[in-house]
Formats: sequence, C-alpha cells, structure tokens
Amino acid sequence: MVNKIVASTAEAVANIGDGATVMVGGFGTAGMPAELVDALIAQGARNLTIVSNNAGNAETGLAALLKAQRVKKIICSFPRQTDSWVFDGLYRAGELELELVPQGNLAERIRAAGAGIGAFYTPTGYGTPLAEGKETRRIDGRDYVLEYPIRADFALIKALRGDRWGNLVYRKTARNFGPIMASAAKCTIAQVREIVNLGDLDPENVVTPGIFVQRIVEIPAATRLMATPGAAA
Amino acid sequence: MKRFSREQIATRVARDIPNGAYVNLGIGLPTMVANHLPRDREIILHTENGLLGMGPAPEAGAEDPDLINAGKQPVTTLLGASFFHTADSFAVMRGGHLDYCVLGAFQVSVTGDLANWHTGGPDAIPAVGGAMDLAIGAKHVYVMMDLQTKKGESKIVERCTYPLTGVGCVNRIYTDVADFDVTPAGLRVIEMAPELSFAELERITGVPLVDATATVAA
Repeated sequence: MVNKIVASTAEAVANIGDGATVMVGGFGTAGMPAELVDALIAQGARNLTIVSNNAGNAETGLAALLKAQRVKKIICSFPRQTDSWVFDGLYRAGELELELVPQGNLAERIRAAGAGIGAFYTPTGYGTPLAEGKETRRIDGRDYVLEYPIRADFALIKALRGDRWGNLVYRKTARNFGPIMASAAKCTIAQVREIVNLGDLDPENVVTPGIFVQRIVEIPAATRLMATPGAAA
Repeated sequence: MKRFSREQIATRVARDIPNGAYVNLGIGLPTMVANHLPRDREIILHTENGLLGMGPAPEAGAEDPDLINAGKQPVTTLLGASFFHTADSFAVMRGGHLDYCVLGAFQVSVTGDLANWHTGGPDAIPAVGGAMDLAIGAKHVYVMMDLQTKKGESKIVERCTYPLTGVGCVNRIYTDVADFDVTPAGLRVIEMAPELSFAELERITGVPLVDATATVAA
C-alpha cells in the first residue's frame, strides 16, 4: 500500500540535513508552510540554502528560520518588504548570501528542474545587472539569457487537501510556487489542511499528482484572520 | 503649465485600454488605473501571483489571506476568474499573452529602456519580483510616472543611469506633464498639459522630441 501520510511535522522534516537545499513555498504568507518551517527550526538543521519567492515576513515562518541563523544562502526574487527586517539585518551584516532572481526566471528554473530540462534561454533580464556574466544568444532577432535549473533536496509546501498517494489541491492564490517546487525536489513534504480518502479528490481537479509528493502531513485549519491586511507590500 | 493630477493620468491610461484586453497593473501608481477603467468595457486583470479575473479590494472584514495581489494586498475574484501556479502565470507574461501592462519607473530612456527595480544605492536592498518579466512580456508596455524627480530632474533620459529592468521595452509613457510614444524615430509627444509649450517641454526633458499632438488631435 502506498501511504505517504506522516503523523507529525517533526517526523516529516526529521531527515533534513545540514547544508541541504530547501525550497519553501508561498508568496508572502499565502501558501507559506509555516508549521513545517517551525518544525525545521526545532529540528536544528544548519547551513541551509533556501529557495523561496520572498525572504520572510515579520518573525514567523521563513523569517524565524533566518533569525535562528540556520540559513547561509537564499535564492529569491523579492526579499525587501515592509516587514522583512530579519532578512534586511542579516543581509546588511553580510551574514546571509543572496542570489536575486527575477520571479519568472525563478519559477521557470524550478519548473525546468522538475521537468528534466538542462537549461533554457529566456528574454527576461537580458541587458540588466541580473544577467551579468551569463551566456546570451540571439534567436530570431531577439536576445535571450541562458538560465539553469534550480534543484532541491527538499521542498516544503502548503496545500488545501491531499490524500495518502500525495495528490494535492490548493486554495486560491496560495497555490503559487507549490506545484512547481513539488516537482523540483528529491523529497517534497506537503502540509495540508485536510487529508481525505483516496477518490475524494476528483481526478480532473488534482493540481499536483501524487508522484511529485513524498510526505504529507495534516495541519487542521488555524482560523487565523489576516492580521494587518496589506502590511506586507 | 497646469500639471495633470494622478487621477487624470490614471484616467488617460484607462481610456487607452480597449474592451476585452488582458492587463497587468504594476505595484504602486499603476494600481490606480483599475478604478478608472470605463465600466462599459470588460477588461480582465492579471496578477502575477496566479490569478486572472482579479476584482477590487474586499469589504473590511472579508479579507482572505489566501486571496491577494502581487502587492500582497487582499483582493477578490470576478465571475470567470482562474487560479494557476507561478510558472503558468509567468508564461502568461513572458509568453506575450498579456495585451497591456502598466508599470511605474525611476527612468525611461528615449529608446524605451526601463529602470524601475533598483536605485543601485550601496545600502539599498535589491528586490525585483516580476518587474523584468512584465517589462519584456506584454504586447504593450506602458509606463505611468511623474515626469520629474522631487529634485526636478527629468526621468525621461538619453540613457538610464539606474540599473535596467529591460532594454527597449517601453511603448508609451504617461506623465503629469505630457504623454509620449516611443518610436524608432524617437519620442513622439501625443498629449501635453494645458498652458505648456513644446519648447518648454523639450527644455524640461532635455532630450529631442517630436511634436505629434496635432496628428493625434486630428
């Protein structure tokens, strides 16, 4: 029997080792697997490379992981936010390496890793500081930059529902990086609000097929209201 | 000269977006355009975190933390809306599927180079998000900005001094002083603030301009 359900977030992240590359889903706090990140902090792995769109909000989730000084490098598109003071302080102190990637290149590099693509040419970033030192090529009169895949040892993502095969559906704009990160990591760990029986998810509506997910853990809905709408610009 | 207000700039941008267009409005000033879109047109708004058919902000108390825009502010969905993951969302942008995007800017060059993501200051923390993908992806890339900095320097320049977002990507520039089309023949002035002479506009911008206001009016 295939059963990817694990009982706790602690068990789910237990084998993430020092120096691992870990993708963390979410756009701001939407889709951020905060409980899995909390478990990673408690677990203690260090020298991590984190791949995520942002670099943490306030002092929760990814920001808390940064604050605990477990991260040596972050690959992201938009670290600076109104509530990114943890990142800002570490970056200014030179204690955190940053690889800044345009958001579409970040997404496509992650997608490419999951899809077995060796590299790809993209027009995004051509002629800008973020393409400095990279190979370029003119194709049909347009200039492109060569970009390589971003692979990870682990992906931590958040979805709405899942089953024991690892099939996932998401909720609204919290989907964001979840489906592509799931495909790009050797071991994808999904926290879901609800684990349902096999067959309860309509196969027509499954967004992430279970083959991309290795562990699934249920975190019942925290009836959290948005604390300060719009605070994170 | 009577400068255009931000409302007037947003109104002109909105006026030029046709019925049926797929549009991305960048963070900041461009979000104002949404409030000025003519109600008799069906215009579908895209937000790069994964939504087409974005609606206005919800009423107080109805915010959903899983339903936000690229500025991470709560939004709503319209009937017909769809959600998708980030790689699909950027395929929408990079793939040339959006008809229009409207962006803010620090500087735009006479050849349509755009600088809008980083001041380049030594202590500035860089953040780029989807700016570079929007700049090169949409069929029409419109910039909406004040023509001058607070110090009175023109933000339309011969060559950008701030780090670039995209090369030769801007098609039109809307400002508080005048509107410009970026063409191979240079910047064509298509609208000017009242009581402004073309000579004065050339002096303010410091770059060569082509007066096309008469053509547009006719």
